[in-house]
Amino acid sequence: MDFLTPAIEGFGVVLEPTNLLYCFIGVVIGMLVGVLPGLGPAATIAILLPLTFNVEPVTAIIMLAGIFYGAQYGGTITSVLLRLPGEASSVVTVFDGHALARQGKAGTALGIAAIGSFAGGTLSIVALSFLAPLIAGFALDFGPPEYTALALLGILLVATVSNGGKVKAIIAACVGLLLATVGRDAFTGSERFTLDVLALSDGLDFVPIAMGLFGIGEILHNLEQRRKAAAAPGRVANVWPSRGDLRQASGAMGRGSVLGFVLGVLPGGGATLSSLAAYALEKRRSKTPERFGSGAVEGVAAPETANNAAATSSFIPLLTLGIPANATMAMIFGALLIQGVTPGPQLVDEEPELFWGVVNSMYIGNVLLLIMSIPLVGLFVKILRVRESVLAPITVLITLIGVYTVRNSVFDIVLVIAFGALGYLMKKFGFEPGPLVLAFVLGSLLETSLRRSLLLFEGDPTGFATRPISGALLALLVVVVLLPLLQKLLRARRAAPEDTREKAGL
Amino acid sequence: MSEAHTDPELAEQEPEVGRDQHAAPAGPVANLVVALVVVALGASGLVGSALLGLGTAAEPAAGTWPFLISAAITALGIALGLLARRTADAERFSSSVWRVAAGVATMIGFVAVIDVIGFEIPSALLAFAWLRFLGGESWRVSALGGLGIVVAFYVIFVGALNVPIPHMF
Repeated sequence: MDFLTPAIEGFGVVLEPTNLLYCFIGVVIGMLVGVLPGLGPAATIAILLPLTFNVEPVTAIIMLAGIFYGAQYGGTITSVLLRLPGEASSVVTVFDGHALARQGKAGTALGIAAIGSFAGGTLSIVALSFLAPLIAGFALDFGPPEYTALALLGILLVATVSNGGKVKAIIAACVGLLLATVGRDAFTGSERFTLDVLALSDGLDFVPIAMGLFGIGEILHNLEQRRKAAAAPGRVANVWPSRGDLRQASGAMGRGSVLGFVLGVLPGGGATLSSLAAYALEKRRSKTPERFGSGAVEGVAAPETANNAAATSSFIPLLTLGIPANATMAMIFGALLIQGVTPGPQLVDEEPELFWGVVNSMYIGNVLLLIMSIPLVGLFVKILRVRESVLAPITVLITLIGVYTVRNSVFDIVLVIAFGALGYLMKKFGFEPGPLVLAFVLGSLLETSLRRSLLLFEGDPTGFATRPISGALLALLVVVVLLPLLQKLLRARRAAPEDTREKAGL
Repeated sequence: MSEAHTDPELAEQEPEVGRDQHAAPAGPVANLVVALVVVALGASGLVGSALLGLGTAAEPAAGTWPFLISAAITALGIALGLLARRTADAERFSSSVWRVAAGVATMIGFVAVIDVIGFEIPSALLAFAWLRFLGGESWRVSALGGLGIVVAFYVIFVGALNVPIPHMF
């Protein structure tokens, strides 16, 4: 248990006034973003990346992490009050949360959600604190072949789990990998795909790509379909859930925490998937499933607990393996790289302050969120009155000026606009920008590891399969690719006899 | 979530996840064009990587890895083309696509002049255009808003953060 010493020392880092302040700023921004439909946490982190360059790495990541898990809290508020999920991970909360609100129990729903979020987040941090150093220790022996397999698996899982079509998601990921090759080749020094543009010889920067695809792309997409102004919700009274409600929800919170934690660790899992899974699980094991959809407290507690647990545990692959598990983690990966910190298994040992500072800041952040979200619900709801037509130009200008400040380069503004237009078109045609950004971030790691491995194996690709860990990872990769195909085949073969049953609604 | 479709009450309660679901899907021609663009990207990647030198498995060259990815993009693009008739996740351009084009145009205008005249005037104009023409705010709100945003940005970026953004004043 000697790792507990740096873990406790990490609290010293968090309690520095600057870090506390940035943690607070992060969770407030996250909360706001969660309340406002439109911009998601990934987009917000992208837009705010330039703000983090002048501060210490640990401070920067504390703030960005706060935005991520803060958004999980905020997304609930609009789901419950307005039937308008602020975040994808709060979509299922709408069913029972809004039903409760219509029965005049909005306060109960919000209170349960806040307490569930806090429980899920906190349990997940505790588990992370114990598990992460173990995984990192295990991964220290990883060589280039293992990283090749791991990066491939990560990209593929994220691509196949994303909401859009799988083929399109994988295409987006491949384009990200291709974009990562632009610039000088690290091995041979020859320039690749620079089109003789001087500014491209150092390669494309992560910031304009992320800010363009997520930030500008999303704003442009929103421009085309204007939202009806959100109706102002009624007053929220009685936020404290009764003891009976709490007792009823406690089981759902426990199960939601575990489910969320496990799904969050898996690449591609994350908050959205785990909230859906937790809701489905509660409904299935409930003795009275008919209550779900008409105001069951478990239907609010389970997904809200799970999405926060998952948001926290998705830091594990990033901080221990250097592999981001979802698009938001890719943003934090990028932020770390810009700060000169390469996330990986060595992080726990070499940068204990950063590692434990960030992890422990989540305890503080969750406490702050719990404090803020119960009494201040009314205040956050008022934010919804800010019109999108006013927010849009402000966000655009922050993006355009912000991206300039990173490298003092007008060319980067051009890039952000170009990637913004690309992001709009991608969204339009069903390509998720997430896999592209993730693959771009992992691109150079993947190529470097692949080429090092091939040199190591003297050109014999079977070397990947004969090493135990990379072999196991590759086997998993094959399963991920083949499983959906197999399922399709099986379903097609079974479809004929079961056709009549399905029509009967079974 | 298969219940959502069988249970009428739940189906009615289905939330509006963004507004994407309401957008009309694009036709097969648009899907085919998208697939062709992907194939074209893959093909140009293949040519570009071949020019860089393909190397061998034992001695990978600068073009090896991009060549592999480009091959994958080309193959997936062809698959997309074959699936074009069954693709339903693309959206049709709506009549208000001009708003997007106008939005991009204001940004291009912004970047074209920022080096010459600083960020203040282009920012004010961009904010005004977005508020008035893209946001449908009143003339007064738009004019005051445009000015207010620039003043706030000036105070934050130039005054407080001392960012070296090109500025006039």
